[in-house]
Amino acid sequence: MAARPASSAISCTRRELLAACAILASGSALAAEPEVFTFDTLYKSIGVMGIVYSDRLVAAKGNEISLTGYMAPPLKAESTFFVLTREPMAICPFCQSDADWPIDIIVVYLAAMSPLVGAGTKVRVTGRIEIGSWTDPETGFVSQLRLRDADYRRV
Amino acid sequence: MLRISLAAFLATTALVLPAAAQTIYPLNRAEILAGAKFDFKVEFPGSPAEADVKVTIDGEDAAKVLGGKVTFVQKEDGQDYSAYYLRDVAMAKAGNVVVEAKAGDKTSSVTWDVFDTPKGRLAKNVILFIGDGMSVTDRTAARILSKGLVEGRYGGELEIDDMPYMALVSTSGTDSVVTDSANSMSAYTTGHKSCVNALGVYCAKNKKNLEHPKVETIAELVKRKLGLAVGIVTNSEIEDATPAGVVSHTRKRSDFNDIVKMYYNIEADIMMGGGSPNFLPKATPGSKRTDEENFFEKFKAKGYAVATTATEMRAAFAEGKTKVLGIYNTGNVDGAYDLKFKKGTTDKFPDQPGLVEETKLTIDALSKNPNGFFLMVESARIDKYKHSLDWERGVYDTILLDYAVKVAKEFAAKNNDTLIIVVPDHAHMVGIIGSYVDSRPGNTPRDKLGVYADSTVPQYKPDADGYPESVDLPVRLAYAFGTYPDHCFDAKPHLDGEFVPAVAGAEKGTFVANDKYCTPGSVKITGNLPLDANSGVHAADDVVLTAMGPGADVFHGHIDNTRVFRAMATAFGLAKL
Ligand SMILES: [Zn+2]
Repeated sequence: MAARPASSAISCTRRELLAACAILASGSALAAEPEVFTFDTLYKSIGVMGIVYSDRLVAAKGNEISLTGYMAPPLKAESTFFVLTREPMAICPFCQSDADWPIDIIVVYLAAMSPLVGAGTKVRVTGRIEIGSWTDPETGFVSQLRLRDADYRRV
Repeated sequence: MLRISLAAFLATTALVLPAAAQTIYPLNRAEILAGAKFDFKVEFPGSPAEADVKVTIDGEDAAKVLGGKVTFVQKEDGQDYSAYYLRDVAMAKAGNVVVEAKAGDKTSSVTWDVFDTPKGRLAKNVILFIGDGMSVTDRTAARILSKGLVEGRYGGELEIDDMPYMALVSTSGTDSVVTDSANSMSAYTTGHKSCVNALGVYCAKNKKNLEHPKVETIAELVKRKLGLAVGIVTNSEIEDATPAGVVSHTRKRSDFNDIVKMYYNIEADIMMGGGSPNFLPKATPGSKRTDEENFFEKFKAKGYAVATTATEMRAAFAEGKTKVLGIYNTGNVDGAYDLKFKKGTTDKFPDQPGLVEETKLTIDALSKNPNGFFLMVESARIDKYKHSLDWERGVYDTILLDYAVKVAKEFAAKNNDTLIIVVPDHAHMVGIIGSYVDSRPGNTPRDKLGVYADSTVPQYKPDADGYPESVDLPVRLAYAFGTYPDHCFDAKPHLDGEFVPAVAGAEKGTFVANDKYCTPGSVKITGNLPLDANSGVHAADDVVLTAMGPGADVFHGHIDNTRVFRAMATAFGLAKL
């Protein structure tokens, strides 16, 4: 039986609680603001023959960016891995064998093992953007866009 | 006749039920087309040696009757049984046969109904229309919305109603009361029942999806035996269960990448739908493949025109192409409502063709094959919209199906050598219970609902395209869903986009009402489904089939879904070749 996902009282991940949240609470400014993207500004086009990333995203490759979306139903209550979607997921591809992911998803690798908030929760994720096909060795999950060393907070 | 088969049913059930008996595939009471290929498998529990088992058909060695070489696997996939296979074999002669499997003191037996097609070829072409998840309610609602209702009389008949033959079709599969679109389509395309999520296979104990015992599909048969052209047209992803059921063999309908390969191997002449990510090599952003195969390029190398828009589709057909792969969306092609009102994904995919034009152009191209053709056309999103409790979109797509059928009827009228079948693959629990009348006092859907004498007749106005120009009327149909997850309900149409009743909840595998719709005037409805259901579910109710043309006279009364295959095989005279 999986542990109960984090309650709404938690608005920062564990790492944020230790670092960023503490700084924010004390009123200090962060060093470099991550570049803010939306799901719409990630792409130049989404077509039958594939996705073309926006010039801005390509230019930001390897940099820290932030993006707001919805946490898809996680595999485990606590993890370093979740899927960020444009809209709240009405399906659960991890639970249903015949359900499929939308193509414009982002895989988020958290900097540290963190309790995940409820699926369908709007979250802002900050992390280093990685572009290109990559297969997760543990789950076999194939992704095109990833946020590495990421943190998230509820919006 | 009913009494005899019921007695036989009970007798054989009693024979098969004891635990640890051998399982024989095809299962008891299978209907097998003489000459059609299938994999014969017996699973012997306890992993006996090959020398200790005996498999016979009407008392003769099965390998002798079926031909082929026995493959025997002890502890198949590490499980405690022995598998006996004769793959890719056929029964040559029609008649009832008894198949017996013995190991030690254990015996199992099944009866197969091997059928002939004694009249030879009746139809040059067969067009099978699938209204995915289309209940009787959808036909009624489509009639009200597209023809109008005045003083209890409709302004016209639907094309799908105006057909001389009709039958009630049962849809249950081998494993459960309620079917999904995989095993229900599989029954239509192979004549064999199967289990939920399975396509073109019996659900045996195999661990690998592609190893389960296969049965030949109508597309494989007509290509192999008659050299017919084959067309598959849908507005779902082309890899989705219904279109995939025409060509595929897998235990899991979600094996989209394998299914694309099966399309490629079978070479259906015309394929249209959505679902491009599984055609794109892994390295292409947006791909869902796990390998570097580029199936668009591979199809091109086989001589296919690849179309990604309606314009490209028209150009391909205008050039006289008879091999066309049309993929118009990364996901499902937008339904009739969203195409008409430019909603859904039309901003990203502004030039998607509609099912009616696709059907017309596909028939024109397929009919160039002098041997004839088999065409499957699916209005897929009737089901999908009903899952999401969005009845208006579902009914638009029922009307869409009706206009596609009209095109086929016009073609068939020229030569009267085409069998047309229109059939849902399963039902949903829905019904028209009255109308919502905005002028009634109060604020909630219950206040606005008029039943019996208060169910004012809505005045939907069909426009030149034959679809209602608006569904947002002050008096609207009360089309009710019998199964639902938690959701907020306001009895109004969702003009801007498909309804998403529930979203994933905090607990893994649970779904909760989508807050977006919990606005003033809506009420929160507690779901009546298991907590892991995110949308409405299918119902086991019989569905209504209508048909016309040579060979359609077999459709009357109540039939099993396997009889749709049998009717098509009979119309093509497939056993005689
Ligand atoms: Zn369905």
